[in-house]
Amino acid sequence: MKSIYSRLLIGVTTLLCLVSGQAQQNFDDVEIHTLHVRDNIYMLVGSGGNITVQLGTDGVFIIDTQYAPLSAKIAAAIRELSDQPITYIINTHYHPDHVGGNENLRLVGTTLVGGNMPGAVPYSGDGAQVVAHENVLLRLSGAMGGEAQPTAIWPTNTFFNAEKKMHYNGEGIRILHQPAAHTDGDVIVYFRKSDVISAGDVFRTTGYPVIDLAGGGSYAGTIAALNNLKNMMIPEYGQDGGTLVIPGHGRLSGLGDVLDFREMVIVIHDRLRQMIDAGMTLEQVKAAQPSRDYDPVYGAETGFWTTERFIEAAYQSLSE
Amino acid sequence: MSMVLRSGIAGLLYAFCLSATPVLAQINLAGQWTGQYHEDEPDRLPGPELGDYGGLPVTDANRMRAQSWSASILSVPEYQCRVHPVDYASSFAQIRIWETVDPKTQELIAIHVQHFAWNTVRTIWMDGREHPPEYAQHTAMGFSTGEFVGQALRVRTTHLKEGWLRRNGVARSWNAELTEYFTRHGDILTWGVYIVDPTYLEEPFIRNRDYTFNPNGRMGPYPCESVIETDVPDDYFPHYLPGENPYLIEYGRNHGIPYEATLGGAETMYPEYVDTIRSMAD
Repeated sequence: MKSIYSRLLIGVTTLLCLVSGQAQQNFDDVEIHTLHVRDNIYMLVGSGGNITVQLGTDGVFIIDTQYAPLSAKIAAAIRELSDQPITYIINTHYHPDHVGGNENLRLVGTTLVGGNMPGAVPYSGDGAQVVAHENVLLRLSGAMGGEAQPTAIWPTNTFFNAEKKMHYNGEGIRILHQPAAHTDGDVIVYFRKSDVISAGDVFRTTGYPVIDLAGGGSYAGTIAALNNLKNMMIPEYGQDGGTLVIPGHGRLSGLGDVLDFREMVIVIHDRLRQMIDAGMTLEQVKAAQPSRDYDPVYGAETGFWTTERFIEAAYQSLSE
Repeated sequence: MSMVLRSGIAGLLYAFCLSATPVLAQINLAGQWTGQYHEDEPDRLPGPELGDYGGLPVTDANRMRAQSWSASILSVPEYQCRVHPVDYASSFAQIRIWETVDPKTQELIAIHVQHFAWNTVRTIWMDGREHPPEYAQHTAMGFSTGEFVGQALRVRTTHLKEGWLRRNGVARSWNAELTEYFTRHGDILTWGVYIVDPTYLEEPFIRNRDYTFNPNGRMGPYPCESVIETDVPDDYFPHYLPGENPYLIEYGRNHGIPYEATLGGAETMYPEYVDTIRSMAD
């Protein structure tokens, strides 16, 4: 019972921090920056999770939508790249910094409708499709606990199995569910021809992994997702070039960046595992500073995801 | 021709020469250069010993990172072909330097350096372009821009991937910025790098290397193909848990150096630290 209580406490606090981050932030000064990744793939950087944009004659395919107040700026940035309509939006998970703009960006887009589609796909005549793993819908709708979010930001097109495949703008796209990683609804999206992966928050370069325990995340699942990511990547040489990764937050990355992040996650895991197996309490673990060598790179003393909160979530997850 | 006219022509020629000075002052570094090993040879070719962090201004966090490092990392396929970072790769054998020049204007666009180690190639942009934003990709070679300062090429490098100061686990973070000087003295080339790493270094670290011009030099290929040498779990990453690395004491013991002096830190870079070591031995 104590474990469940702690898990809920940490998880709810995580979500509240994410939401309050939006409430406290002034978006007026936020600029949306565009980075060409490769071929017809771009990365948009603003506030919140990175947005991936794939362009082509089929339409504009985007991954994640940041916060709602930024939608007009995001739409304008996309218009600088293409005059095609937004037709698909993929959500990598349910957090507000990734789905906040779902409604606005969906409504500036469109879905090609015909045959039996209007009856099969809700909202198909009313903007772009929002595709996500089923758990994203369950989280946003409050069906798995927590506060229900407005229906207008819910996914319109979900899947429940390990993978959804699409072919769009001339290339195959794999949408791969990563169970119980950052949350329980994470997906990483692989553009096969461009050899670019949009990783969502299972990989970020700006801090320790955020493990949303109440949202179904776990430390073990985070490692598994990073292993999946690593195994999909083929560098051109050494650890550079070849497959590129757009992280949930932070800079465009190659295999070396993913390996560095994975190294940190595994090393801290192994240290915590030893401490927990030795019967150390959370306070004892904190005092031992098991992440001291990585703190200058990934740690934070302020903000919503401090080093202390990471250690608390990790300890909780590995104690179960 | 009158004295006045000749003086005028001479003056014009002088003025022309002055105006052309920036171009004429650009040293030409192109060619094959062979590394000299009179400096730091044991550290460069045989490689550093385990647990030797002396002379490096490592922070406590970096020291902990290094002490966790296991040489078994080289058995992991993803790490087998990991190249030396740009601030380390120049330590080995030859380098080749060549220029990219606009064929019409003769303006220098870029200088390229290829290292023997892993045959990595870096580009130093000389056309005044800006460095990319922070969210652009970081690589082992980083992003470099250069300018001539007197008889030296000064290079600023950002966007580095995490690398190492010494290949026994001492890290250099992706947050580091390099200032390099390539200085030519006839057939001798000196490369110096000034590494500022607020994440993992207490103070900036300076490294120098010397080369001799080799007009007949050839650089050999350096292919690398990863192979699976041992079957390990997918979530395996070799490292030592704190306090469990048995090799950390070997270096000091083998060379008669107090263990504390092997741990590095800014003070170990300076000559007066010898007195500190002596006092430890007393």
